[in-house]
Amino acid sequence: MIAQLSRTERQWAAVLAILLALLGLTMAIAARQGPMAVHGFMALALGVGLFIAVGSVLEKPQPATSRLAQYYDDPTKVGIALAMAWGLFAMGIGLWVAALMVWPDATFGHAWMSYGRIRPVHTTGVIFAFGGNALIATSFHVMQRTSRTRLADQLSPWFVLVGYNLFLVWSVTGYMMGVTQSKEYAEPEWYADIWLVVVWVAYLVLYLRTLARRAEPHIYVANWYYLAFIVVVAVLHIVNGFALPVSFAGAKSYTVFSGVQDAMVQWWYGHNAVAFFMTSGFLGMLYYYLPVRSQRPIYSYRLSILSFWGITFFYLWVGSHHLHYTALPHWVQTLGMTFSIMLLVPSWASAGNAIATLNGAWGRVRDDATLRFMFVAAVFYGLSTFEGSFMAIRPVNALSHYTDWTVGHVHSGALGWLAMVTFGAFYSTVPLIWGRKAMYSAQLIEWHFWLALAGLLTYVFSLWNAGITQGLMWRTYNAAGTLNYSFIESIDAMRPYYIARFLGGVLFLAGICVGAVNIWLTVRGVRGQAPDRPLALQGAE
Amino acid sequence: MSLFKAHYNLEKKSIWLVIGIIAAASVGGLVEIAPLFTIDQTVETTPDMRVYTPLELAGRNIYIREGCYACHSQMIRTLRDEVERYGPYSLAAESQYDHPMLWGSKRTGPDIARLGGKYSDEWHAAHLNNPRDVVPSSIMPAYSWLAETGLDVSDLGAHLAALRALGVPYTDAMIENASTDALAQATPDSDAASGVAERYGETTNMRRFSSRKTVTELDALISYLQILGQMTQTAYTAEPKEVE
Repeated sequence: MIAQLSRTERQWAAVLAILLALLGLTMAIAARQGPMAVHGFMALALGVGLFIAVGSVLEKPQPATSRLAQYYDDPTKVGIALAMAWGLFAMGIGLWVAALMVWPDATFGHAWMSYGRIRPVHTTGVIFAFGGNALIATSFHVMQRTSRTRLADQLSPWFVLVGYNLFLVWSVTGYMMGVTQSKEYAEPEWYADIWLVVVWVAYLVLYLRTLARRAEPHIYVANWYYLAFIVVVAVLHIVNGFALPVSFAGAKSYTVFSGVQDAMVQWWYGHNAVAFFMTSGFLGMLYYYLPVRSQRPIYSYRLSILSFWGITFFYLWVGSHHLHYTALPHWVQTLGMTFSIMLLVPSWASAGNAIATLNGAWGRVRDDATLRFMFVAAVFYGLSTFEGSFMAIRPVNALSHYTDWTVGHVHSGALGWLAMVTFGAFYSTVPLIWGRKAMYSAQLIEWHFWLALAGLLTYVFSLWNAGITQGLMWRTYNAAGTLNYSFIESIDAMRPYYIARFLGGVLFLAGICVGAVNIWLTVRGVRGQAPDRPLALQGAE
Repeated sequence: MSLFKAHYNLEKKSIWLVIGIIAAASVGGLVEIAPLFTIDQTVETTPDMRVYTPLELAGRNIYIREGCYACHSQMIRTLRDEVERYGPYSLAAESQYDHPMLWGSKRTGPDIARLGGKYSDEWHAAHLNNPRDVVPSSIMPAYSWLAETGLDVSDLGAHLAALRALGVPYTDAMIENASTDALAQATPDSDAASGVAERYGETTNMRRFSSRKTVTELDALISYLQILGQMTQTAYTAEPKEVE
């Protein structure tokens, strides 16, 4: 794979590897001990490893120029493999976290195993590691096909992939060592945050350079969504990450904002991580793979425009619905609630546009589990966005907030939408870029589909019940006019639902295991010929 | 439709698309967040507001490190059942020195915004060692290693200095004596103890928080848990607004 880089690119790769090793060494020396030193040594080891790998092929002959007449899919391949590996890991951790809520002693007295430390490992692992690698991998694939051009260069995609995964490893190992900013979905500490900004800028520059080479005059809808994902996540990450390190030789920092302002910034970030990471990015995925797989054009171009700008504008207003009835000023809560309800319009416009696209292809939805993954994803996208708007209504939120209903809602989005559309996209892409006629086994895709759907439904139904039960128990009064239940009674009532949730997780994890095996066997299998969109050799502009 | 025509041209220019995305996405945050820093009524005035002592701050950092906020909120909403279960609803002022805030988003366990003083130190020590010893059906993890781990106080001065740079009113004397004060608060019979009372007030909780001979992470965490809801008395004395 490295031999596919040109001589100049290999030299630059070697330089970058040395710089990474030096960065790691500096961190390790500055920190001397503790988690930051461990992270420094990780970067040092990675830099040295990459340098050796690049150095061993540095003087090999240049790759044939015929490569420039093909799409560059090596980073996509690695990205898909990483996404699947992270998915197995993070969903496995999720199962463990779920188990801890039924068998709390499964921590065995080890700090790094306890619930509070591994819960962010699960959330970061699924959203940012599984989801993020899937987005990066598919965006490389989609931007090339929809632009009919090759990636702008061969080195920066690797910088993005390797850099992003270093950020992820720093994050999850940091949590286990007790390094966290405690900001939900933005837990990594200051040096990891800064590193992510560098990686992210490289990602945006690569995306724009590739778009600039496009042979199609118009930028396709999928790319608008991927761009919104990259750009807005950068803004959110930078503002929410403002922090003052106690010392540049240690991991600990203090957030610049405090109290109510910090809460608002946190949920402005938190809800828009949902919007621009878990929604925009994956809508980009859906807008490419759904029409390709169903062989139907997108139902409405105008609806695409309306929903894209609606989502991009409305979402940034709604974060305050996480803070109903709190010390946040009432007017901000009201704005958040109002925009949350309005947000249903562009959300359902997107979901409706996707489902209407399948009109005339329902036979394929029935026969092809890959397409069915994407259909179910669009349905759950519609359901989750409806549920989200509903839960943002203040009196509903009075009941649902702080309960497992919220957790169920997030999983209906993460499992039902994010993971489902990703599996659909992967099963479409894998045979294509590895040059196979089809996936190794259509039967295994069916197995994966039904395991995933059964797991998802078990999960969300058990947590709907759990959340509503909890919410009602907390506010039930007896005839004497006092609260009827102690808090611990509401915990006791959760046990059957937590067990059911665990079983739902088992099913979903079993599904992704089947998927990983199927992808592995496809990659190993006999080479065939898969039809691909032709690359245009000359740009239109 | 001229708007769609305009978009027809916009989607040919990647830079304009990026600018459009940033413009559309900026409005909501600017309208909702910027005024929170300028409108005076956002945070109530609290003349009796105190700061965390170095020991309490160390305890708070342990609370963050262990991810306690994932299951315990510190934000009592303006709802009748919450006020009756947990105490007066939380005011913005109470977390004005909290970098970051720990309001939380989930109550797998109860809210602890007003936990301070509700239980004895012994109860907390036993509960943290193994929650099921005191609450048989609790599903909270055991934090038995806290009592085994000595508290690192070496760089607490730098922590206080960082917080002062962000607006928390720590004095030079507080920063200078942070490490000594942290240990002294949990060893009230030591010579340094008088300095803690002098710098942080006579009402500071000065006592051994656990039965350990040296000051451990358990002491720091309990000292933090015991001042939750006690940073200011405003919430207990102010005229309450209507709860729903």
